[in-house]
Formats: sequence, C-alpha cells, structure tokens
Amino acid sequence: METEIKLRINGERYSLRVDTRTTLLDALREGLGVTSTKKGCDHGQCGSCTVLLDGRRTLSCLTLAVTTDDTEIVTAEGLGGDNEPHPLHRAFIDNDAFQCGYCTPGQICSAAGMLTELDAGHPSAATPQGSEPRLDDDEIRERMSGNLCRCGAYSHIVSAIREVGGRA
Amino acid sequence: MKPFDYQRAHDVAQAVATVAAEPGAVFLGGGTNLVDHLKLGITAPELLVDVTRLHLDEVEELGDGGVRIGAGVRNSDLAAHPLIRQRYPVLSEALLAGASGQLRNAATTGGNLLQRTRCVYFQDTTTPCNKREPGSGCSALGGYTRHHAIFGASEHCSATHPSDMAVAMLMLDAVVEVQGATGPRRVALADLHRLPGDRPQDDTILEHGDLITAVELPAAPIARRSRYRKVRDRASYAFALVSVAAAVEVADGRITEARLALGGVAHKPWRAERAESALRGAVADDEAFAAAAEAELARARPLEGNAVKLPLLRGAITAVLRDLCEEDSR
Repeated sequence: METEIKLRINGERYSLRVDTRTTLLDALREGLGVTSTKKGCDHGQCGSCTVLLDGRRTLSCLTLAVTTDDTEIVTAEGLGGDNEPHPLHRAFIDNDAFQCGYCTPGQICSAAGMLTELDAGHPSAATPQGSEPRLDDDEIRERMSGNLCRCGAYSHIVSAIREVGGRA
Repeated sequence: MKPFDYQRAHDVAQAVATVAAEPGAVFLGGGTNLVDHLKLGITAPELLVDVTRLHLDEVEELGDGGVRIGAGVRNSDLAAHPLIRQRYPVLSEALLAGASGQLRNAATTGGNLLQRTRCVYFQDTTTPCNKREPGSGCSALGGYTRHHAIFGASEHCSATHPSDMAVAMLMLDAVVEVQGATGPRRVALADLHRLPGDRPQDDTILEHGDLITAVELPAAPIARRSRYRKVRDRASYAFALVSVAAAVEVADGRITEARLALGGVAHKPWRAERAESALRGAVADDEAFAAAAEAELARARPLEGNAVKLPLLRGAITAVLRDLCEEDSR
C-alpha cells in the first residue's frame, strides 16, 4: 500500500510515494539515490545505516519511511562535501579511522549525533553516577558501541572523534 | 513482508478504538522491535497505528514527589532527564545499559515495556516456538539456553524478558497507566508481565487494543541512592545475562530497607522478595549480601546451558549491595 510523504534530506525538499513497508534506508538508497547511507545487517545491530533524524542519530533500517513524513534527515554526505568537509570527515581521514569504509558514513553520523548529546550533558553508561559527562576514550567507546567496524578500526575512530570533540 | 496499512493517530481514544476494532491492527511506537519482527516474519499485522505523535512525551513531577513518564518519552530523553537522574538514578543507569545511542533515541517507554524476548528460537521462524506459534513446541528444550530463564519458566517456554528499564521500574514499584476500549485503568508494573505457564504467547496481561499511556514512579527517597548492574557477554550493546536493580537504606550499620529486582532471569522482570526479606535488619556486610543472594537463588531452576547465571547473579547482587552500602556509610 502506497502513501505520499514529504521530507527534507540534506537540505533538499522531496516528495515521494513509498510502500508502507519501505524503510527509510531503502527509501534513501533505492528511491532517492542517497547511497552514503549503508545497509549492513538491516536489523538494527550494526549501525551502518545511522542518519540524523531531526538532529538525532537514528537507525534508518528500523525506521519505516512512512513515519518520517515532515521530518529532516541528514546523512553523512549532507554533513559536508568535498569542498567543505565536516570536521568529522576530515578527522576520519587524518586519523586513518577506516579501512574498507563501509561502516564510515554510519560512524560519522553517529559521532555527530553523539557529540551533540554530550554537549547537551546527556549521560552514558560510562558516566559515573552523579557526575557530568566528559569527553574521554571510555565515553567515546561506550557511546559508539552501536556502530560496528568489521575491519577493526576502532582505536583510530576513537582518536578521530576525540580530536573533533576536544575542539568544541 | 506482508502488505499493511498505516495510520497516524492524533488522539489516544481514537488510536485505542481503531486497534480494538481491528484484530489485525497493532500500535507502532519507536519501531525498534516491531519493524525487525515485520522483516523476520514473526508478526504480520494488517494495520499499524502510529502512536508517536500523541504528545505522550512529557516527564512531569507529581505533587507527592513522584514522577509521571509519558509512554512516548524516548529512552534517551528519559535517561538524561534531571528528575530521573536525581530521584531515580537506577532508572537512568538501566536505560543507559540497554541498546545503543541510536536505538535509545527511537525506543519509547511504552514500547520498551512491551518489547518481546530475544530468544533465538522465537526470532527464527524456521524453528518451533510456543510463544510465536502456540502449540508448536519449544526449541529451547535441549537447545541453546545461555540467555534463558532460571526462575519461573515452564515446559512450554523458558524465554526471558529483555528489558533493562523494566527491571529498574519494578524495583521502583512503578504503576502503568493503560487506556483500553472501556476506559483508563492502572496496573502495577509487577502485575503487567506474566510468567509463561501454558500461554507463553501472552507476554503481559494487556488485552488487544490496550495502550500504555504513562508510567508513574511513586515517591521513593530510598531510590536517591540506587544502582543498576548488568552482566553481559560484551562490555556494551548486548542483552543482560543477569542484571540487578537495587536500593538500600542503612542505619547504624544495619539494613533497614532493601529493594531488589533482577533482569535476564525470567519471563518477566523478577522481584527478589526473598533476598529483600533476608536483608532487612541484617548487618550490612558481605556475609549478609551473599546470604541474601542464596535466599533468592534457592528457588532457581537452571537449565543445562544457563547454570552460569547462578554465580553471575551471586556476584552481581553482592557487588551492587556492597557499592550501595559503602556509599551510604560515607
């Protein structure tokens, strides 16, 4: 069953017809050619499909497109392009924070969302009870645990995020 | 995935009436469990009624010192809320011990309570499962049971409830507000989830069409010092093998009040009443903590694959009580 939705993706307005079964991930990739968002497990276990939905990091594989009517989506390429890369793009390159690169767009969107959460003072499981969170490696690892990297580039991903978060 | 209709609900009564009238209809919250089930073929509803825009997303202070949490409040927002962090730190810790940042941003309070077991056989439609297909048999009997129940299981099902949040809420004596076709009612969280018995298909006592609208946490000064401890196969982003939510009050070196709930051990969040009784009046030392754990474990019935939960639980209960009592004596 098809329905019409309107949404903003990386600053552009789109109107599209989607089957109610279509996930946001498939709508982005197959419907709109926004291919930076990757399909890893398609079951919410790997984080490759992470996008920013109204500014919050979310798994696009577990989000039905029909529920995103009237929302704003930002993907890894929407954060910045070749001419104006986002600081996280730059830091991932400078720190050699990937090998095959398949999980990288999800890692970058997740890191962007995570740094916003940290700035807002949101605690994590690594934050001692009663304390305010501080950006350290334990916090980064815990907050990024929903993004798997099968190449095992974790230690450089942590460095890249620490570099960007430390600048804020 | 079978085709389905989608409706966005704009008021609670309409959402409840729609689902109650349609046997093939279900509510859609954050979707982090349901959308996966649609893909896996575990469920095939004809209509999804989206309840995420019903404005059930407030955390309010109640006059008596309690807090009322709207069913649509996202797990991440609840964990970060100042009222929760101050008054019920155990709940914030439990939420943050579950899932990942992305999932917590989507998952709702009501949906977290109603998420279904992660039993590998329940999630694999090629295997028999009494919970997914009543009467088909239980593949966990003689199967892989590392994550299965040690308390209250039946021959029909030994699945565990996967929520961390619910364990903390049980320890806090939470009350669930439910809107049904015949009106609103209140259900103690302790009565919401069921043991499997011979009807493992029913996770809860809710009827078709019932919508959880809020969870109330009564005032609980004891909870200002409360903790959640979770033991799992990896350091983050994994379901509990066992978990403990606890709060204690200590006076002159003796425990005057104790509350304990356990996760990952039963078909529902498990109130450790025997451990609580053993602790009341006891000297707050390791010997008493171990005795309390033994009192609860005496009614455990481990399976071949999950006997490891006994020493894990013994250790987790002792450690969390020690942490709390050390804090108290400072």
